[in-house]
Amino acid sequence: MRQRITLLMGALVLGAGVTGPLWAAEVKQDMPGQAIAFDNKKGNCLACHAMPGTKGEMAGSIAPPLIAMKLRFPDRAKLRAQVWDATVANPKTSMPPMGKHKILSEEEIDQVVDFIYTL
Amino acid sequence: MKKIALALLGAGLMASAAAQAGPEDDRKQMIAFFKSKLPAVKYENYVYGALALDKDSKSQYDSIMEFPPFEGVIEAGKEMWEKPFKNGKTFASCFPNGGKNVAGNYPRFDASLNKVVTFEMDINQCLTANGEAGFKYSDVNTMGILTSYARTLSDGMKMNVKVDGAAALAAYEAGKKFYFQRRGQLNFSCATCHVDNAGNRIRAEILSPTLGQSTHWPVFRAGERLTTLQVRYKGCNSQVRATPFEPGSEEFNNLEYFLSYQDNGLPLKASVFRK
Ligand code: HEC
Ligand code: HEC
Repeated sequence: MRQRITLLMGALVLGAGVTGPLWAAEVKQDMPGQAIAFDNKKGNCLACHAMPGTKGEMAGSIAPPLIAMKLRFPDRAKLRAQVWDATVANPKTSMPPMGKHKILSEEEIDQVVDFIYTL
Repeated sequence: MKKIALALLGAGLMASAAAQAGPEDDRKQMIAFFKSKLPAVKYENYVYGALALDKDSKSQYDSIMEFPPFEGVIEAGKEMWEKPFKNGKTFASCFPNGGKNVAGNYPRFDASLNKVVTFEMDINQCLTANGEAGFKYSDVNTMGILTSYARTLSDGMKMNVKVDGAAALAAYEAGKKFYFQRRGQLNFSCATCHVDNAGNRIRAEILSPTLGQSTHWPVFRAGERLTTLQVRYKGCNSQVRATPFEPGSEEFNNLEYFLSYQDNGLPLKASVFRK
């Protein structure tokens, strides 16, 4: 049930470009990975991906919203690999290779993945 | 449809060293690509960059351009342009038609120098030929202010860049390669942002399309920060955490050559507002 709701909201985002506040209540705001995902000197995931939990920050529209991650990436290692080097799955991707180019440390990548896995 | 156009652009632009492909093919493909990617934008509106993609920003632009807060700077540029050198001559003496309707011919490839020459380089050539010191290409307070006026003399002219001969083509191809080359810690090419993602938002900023990026320089960012075209290149170059090239470098001159060619046919309008 919970999964269905999340999926539905994902569809809403995709369809209408609705961002954060809708689901703000669902997101734990205290995970270190969230700060990394939002910070433009760190992961800056928000520059390209909309995701739940924003408080007024503007998200970009370059990439799919980060939502229903557990459902879409049952294998956590695959999700981590995507963040570590997105060019493996798609050589023409716009997404910076966070691990390969040492934009984030290995520990920060784990923290970001922990965070988006709750979305 | 979009995918097809993108694949075409990728294949065509990236590999145009092959056979018949050339600058004019690139330009046509670029136009076709953006027509399919951003069907709402009229061709002549590409000169507004990202503003063409957002009604509110465009109306902000229109109202600011009625009484530009940077008019005084352009006025100062006019004084620089008209002030005689120590030998009594002026900038107007160095350009055809006194410098009117010339900026759209730049960059030009100079066969005897065997390199790309920008409008700014011919301005410096004019200074040194008349016994004056040239300006730094990165110095917005000299070259920037001067060109904020000098380029208005070409308002309305259509971009008309020529690539003739093998050496010119090589410089053009070098600029094109630069545009599509990924670089920096963030691994972006210019094209990642301004081709693949043109029209998308990166955070709150809409990314402008490649087409129309050369027609309207300098810009006044936020209405006050004078920024020349190559200073903008440098800014974008640093954003990806690459060691940036310098305004006036051969790399940027070739890049400007490639990009300006794509704008052939679009009208110039110098010194405009940007966010
Ligand atoms: C500059 C743009 C950009 C940034 C910054 C960015 N991404 Fe991405 N990301 C993309 C794009 C584009 C895709 C779509 C797939 C592709 O092209 O690789 C993507 C795909 C993904 C995917 C797969 C999503 C799916 O639905 O299949 C995940 C997970 C992801 N990104 C996580 C992140 C995280 C975490 C960060 C920050 C640490 C981040 N991204 C930063 C552009 C970006
Ligand atoms: C990470 C994204 C990104 C990359 C990579 C990038 N740019 Fe930009 N660029 C921007 C943003 C954001 C702006 C401001 C909004 C706009 O006008 O597109 C901009 C603006 C510009 C403008 C001004 C457009 C105008 O009309 O005011 C030019 C010209 C430009 N970029 C050229 C380049 C060149 C050349 C490169 C490669 C050296 C490059 N950009 C790489 C993000 C990028």
